[in-house]
Amino acid sequence: MPYNIVVLLKRVPDTESKITIKENAVVTEGLNFVLDPYGEYGLEKALQLVEQHGGKVTIVLFGPAEAKETIRKGLAVGADEAIHIVDPALEGGDAASTAKILAAALKKIPFDMVWAGKQAVDEDNAQVPIRIAELLDLPHVNSIIEFEVAADGKSARCVREVDGERDVMITTLPAILTAQQGLGEIRYPSLKGIMGAKKKPITDWDVAALGLDAASVGKAGAKVETVNLEPPPARPPGKIIPGDPQTAAKELARLLHEEAKVI
Amino acid sequence: MSNNVLIIAEGRAEGLRKVSFELVNAAQQLAAQLGGSAQGAIVGSNVGVWADTLAKTGVSQVFVVDNPALAQFAPESYAAALAEIIRKAGPAIVLFGATGWGKELSARTAAKLDWGLVTDCTELKIENGSLVLTRPIYAGKAIAHVRAKSFPIMVSVRPNIIPPVEANQAAAPIEQVSVTLKEPRAKVVETVAKQKSKVDLGEAAIVVSGGRGVKGPEGFVPVQELADSLGGALGASRAAVDAGWIDYTHQVGQTGKTVSPKLYIAAGISGAIQHLAGMSSSKVIVAINKDPDAPIFKIADYGIVGDLFEVLPALNEEVKRITSQS
Repeated sequence: MPYNIVVLLKRVPDTESKITIKENAVVTEGLNFVLDPYGEYGLEKALQLVEQHGGKVTIVLFGPAEAKETIRKGLAVGADEAIHIVDPALEGGDAASTAKILAAALKKIPFDMVWAGKQAVDEDNAQVPIRIAELLDLPHVNSIIEFEVAADGKSARCVREVDGERDVMITTLPAILTAQQGLGEIRYPSLKGIMGAKKKPITDWDVAALGLDAASVGKAGAKVETVNLEPPPARPPGKIIPGDPQTAAKELARLLHEEAKVI
Repeated sequence: MSNNVLIIAEGRAEGLRKVSFELVNAAQQLAAQLGGSAQGAIVGSNVGVWADTLAKTGVSQVFVVDNPALAQFAPESYAAALAEIIRKAGPAIVLFGATGWGKELSARTAAKLDWGLVTDCTELKIENGSLVLTRPIYAGKAIAHVRAKSFPIMVSVRPNIIPPVEANQAAAPIEQVSVTLKEPRAKVVETVAKQKSKVDLGEAAIVVSGGRGVKGPEGFVPVQELADSLGGALGASRAAVDAGWIDYTHQVGQTGKTVSPKLYIAAGISGAIQHLAGMSSSKVIVAINKDPDAPIFKIADYGIVGDLFEVLPALNEEVKRITSQS
């Protein structure tokens, strides 16, 4: 049976980026923005399911106007269409606010399952998809590395990895599902895919389209606010321990034991 | 709402997790400033022993949901039980451990109660009556200071950032909380302990990691041996994981686990930005690498320029000698 699958994606700097901070904000000039890596695993699984069973993959991305280019990357690897939630009134919020925004969008889209990354690699909140599940009164399975839909399409068997253990979970569908590394190798776009992506529809939704009260989301609706951002503290210069491997190793063990007192 | 700080304890087969004792310490410090007390909660099935231990940590009260329906993990049921305790206790702050378990359940419970939640914090303090939190973002490439606009507020606290308390105090009262649980739609049907190393990477006090320099799967043997001698967990760089030498569950970095152990030993890891992001908040960093110009040396407290296959076995022998004496 065909599936309607929504994939929630985020535009983030790639993980090889050096993050610099100016006036309490991350400097975005010069950064290479990509789809969030964990979300990409979810997108890959969604594409595979639709290839096997038929259906449609819809990307939903909440982000600034510049995110169109990032959305095209998802369409280029095979997603059918995208919804871009773009409105300055929605920005500046916390994870609770983002979850409300995305939940409002999901209420307007029919789906059998929703995939997202287990966390985005910028703010590392690891709470938005799970919050959405609660807001929509849906089950969720977090940090999935294997996924199989039952023959009747009404439930799924998930293997997930958490705290060094693997759990097998069964969930009814529809459900909110978050992807962990290990779910599968992601694909790269072909030239044909990149060209085709230019013709695929991207629909913009703003606060009015979502039917949200602007005061309940974004900066105004946030329950927590960032006071300031700073680079991580610089570490004091270390010491290189000289000598042949035996001597150096012995001295290192002594320093760890007597000076650093960590062993 | 009271001025109390409630910690959500987390159990494992071997007992309460270490992070639960760390949370009690954090809760006591915050509660002292708020003029309240630290309280504890535990949910699950057959959790009486854990509740007894928690009651002796110095908390003023323990809330328990002990229900056979919680024998297997089901996020909806666990979140429902936690929300019931939180409604009953009415704290100003709820603290979870920022473990996989804690991060997942804090998110679901916060949404259920419509509370704010700040994930994976490394410092918590009260400033001008508000809770102000420090949390690394971009896996540690930047540090955010976040203020809760109001109470109540929920926080998950990274393991290893505050010393644990001991369970050696007079036992606090334990209150059984009853809750009606609906049949969950998603639940665990089977659990497989997976990691070869018994120590969980996210919570380990010592991590020994290997990178491209280990040259192959067998190259992880001396890395694992040193980790075992130190009672630590085995880590790896993305290069080693991508090469297929070791399972991704060992990966430390921005796409992988972010760790803050007291000792991090990087063997044959050059120090790509995304790896440094995941471990640079470790207390003491040791780098062992053939290349004296490897970026890892810039953040290391101690470095040895040399072949890991010579250095690690020698270090292992020395560690075994020292630890057998102390």
